[in-house]
Amino acid sequence: MSDVALKGAPASAPVPARVETPFRRFVSEFCESKVAVGGAIVFAVIALVAIFAPWIAPQNPYDLAQLDIMDGRMEPGTVGGAGFTYWLGTDDQGRDMMSGIMYGLRISLMVGAGSALIACIVGASLGLLAAYAGKKTDTVIMRLVDLQLSFPSILVALMILAFLGKGIMNVVIALVIVEWAYYARTVRGTALVERRREYIEAAQCLALPTHRILFRHLLPNCLPPLIVVATMQVARAIALEATLSFLGLGVPITEPSLGLLIANGYEYMLSGKYWISFYPGIALLITIVSINLMGDQLRDVLNPRLKK
Amino acid sequence: MTVYLVRRLIQALFVVLAMSIIVFVGIYGIGDPVEILISPDADQIERERAVAALGLDLPLWEQYLVFLGNALKGDLGRSFVFNEPALKLILQRMPATMELAFGAMFLSILIGLPLGLYAGLKPDSPVSKGIMAGSILGFSLPTFWVGLMLIMVFAVQLGWLPSTGRGETCSVLGFVGLQPCSEGLQWSFLTWDGLRHMAMPALNLALFKISLVIRLTRAGVRETMLMDYVKFARAKGLSRSRVTFVHVFKNILIPVVTVVGLELGSTIAFSVVTESVFAWPGMGKLIIDSINVLDRPVIVAYLMIIVLLFITINLIVDLTYSMLDPRVRLETKGT
Repeated sequence: MSDVALKGAPASAPVPARVETPFRRFVSEFCESKVAVGGAIVFAVIALVAIFAPWIAPQNPYDLAQLDIMDGRMEPGTVGGAGFTYWLGTDDQGRDMMSGIMYGLRISLMVGAGSALIACIVGASLGLLAAYAGKKTDTVIMRLVDLQLSFPSILVALMILAFLGKGIMNVVIALVIVEWAYYARTVRGTALVERRREYIEAAQCLALPTHRILFRHLLPNCLPPLIVVATMQVARAIALEATLSFLGLGVPITEPSLGLLIANGYEYMLSGKYWISFYPGIALLITIVSINLMGDQLRDVLNPRLKK
Repeated sequence: MTVYLVRRLIQALFVVLAMSIIVFVGIYGIGDPVEILISPDADQIERERAVAALGLDLPLWEQYLVFLGNALKGDLGRSFVFNEPALKLILQRMPATMELAFGAMFLSILIGLPLGLYAGLKPDSPVSKGIMAGSILGFSLPTFWVGLMLIMVFAVQLGWLPSTGRGETCSVLGFVGLQPCSEGLQWSFLTWDGLRHMAMPALNLALFKISLVIRLTRAGVRETMLMDYVKFARAKGLSRSRVTFVHVFKNILIPVVTVVGLELGSTIAFSVVTESVFAWPGMGKLIIDSINVLDRPVIVAYLMIIVLLFITINLIVDLTYSMLDPRVRLETKGT
């Protein structure tokens, strides 16, 4: 383990890594995979684009005053009436696709990350509780997890959205309900091992309150697998949200995510106007792949079984 | 074995009950049941009559029992849009979905197994690395977008395959190509035109499963190759192909078969997406259309049927698994 860190450390840390903190070791191990670093960089760029979309996008695609219906369905690279080039073409409303994608990314990432975070909190808490309390609590929670996982995510999400209707909040709720079980299962698995360790026993002997033991002692030691699952789940959430929006069950038309942009271009696809669907799809693809690449490497780095 | 079977059956029954409660509460608890179950065009008198007829003045648990009783009799309400029993509508569309799902499963094994076997036997060759990279892509690509790209390439630009519909089955007045005949099951894969229509949707639906089968097979092969019995077979002087196809292949089949079987359910569920992209007239397209026009009896019926389907599939897979793998049987006997 230590020789791996020594090999990787000087390359990434400019200061000679004399003090080896766990974080620095983690960073250097992560950087061993060029592909993963590439994924991280790409994802950082995407995230920045999404955050700063209102300032860097050529136009505000949802400000109707800025749209020119005469510019509708223009091919990529044409210069529009407003005087700037539509590098990725325009949709049927004359909306610049590049701006549309930037704004769409905002919503996709927000929904994806937001739902993953909430699901993580809910799932991890329940997983910890199941492992720590054991007995009936454990059985009930894990049965629920089993039940949930025996149905595919798309079906569960469909079911929930059929009840709740469209809307960003509803999509987030659906995604949280779909995802919490993965976190719960992961955390429980790790926590079951950790709770037999001496430090938990020590904490119990000190008569610390249960919530303190759970969140201050048990949880930090269950973090590595949780981080891996969370990364992968963000990608899954983004893909699922796009799918739901494509089906017309996700975000409303006023706040289009990438999935809805793709759906809008669907009818023009058959007449050869590919770009309305194609480019949002590429953006979605790059986002998901970059997250998955990071997740893959995180899994290798954080998995204690793979350590020498 | 009987004890195991009975226990699993009881478990399955409980899941069905639990899901029926969830669907019931979802429809009757969250929304306004009057609006859900009575057509929005109904006037006040009709409304009151319907409320009494539907027993909406009863306490919730009694309503649930009525709902359950009707469901057991196969009465899951009538569709507002088609004005036909919801159950019938769904069953009519089931063959289309089934043949798509089975087509996809077939493709995933046909393509995934050989590729996975190759990648497992020669893990370091560039081809294997390519296969594995492809499988990551297969996991990452959103199904619906791949479907659109398939349409763009094969239907729009090359013009090789038709982009939508089911092709040659049979036509019913008013719903040409949208509704398979109610008399007798209609299958697309029996006609050449139908097969041409099926090719793209099936491949699209199979993409995720292909990646899964590749990964499973590869992992299985790599694990099995290290086993003592494989070493022994090699030491005995058996030919490479015999070791691969008899000793290794047989053993990796267990997990692959289990997972592929388990995936049948999720394939049916994910066909919702594929069917919407390719306008394939199956159950999935019906549910999306129904959700969009708030045809709630159909939604309830679909959910109940799919839950039942799932539980049946899970049960069958579990039983098959215990038959294929003696270790599972021993475990249940031991406890």
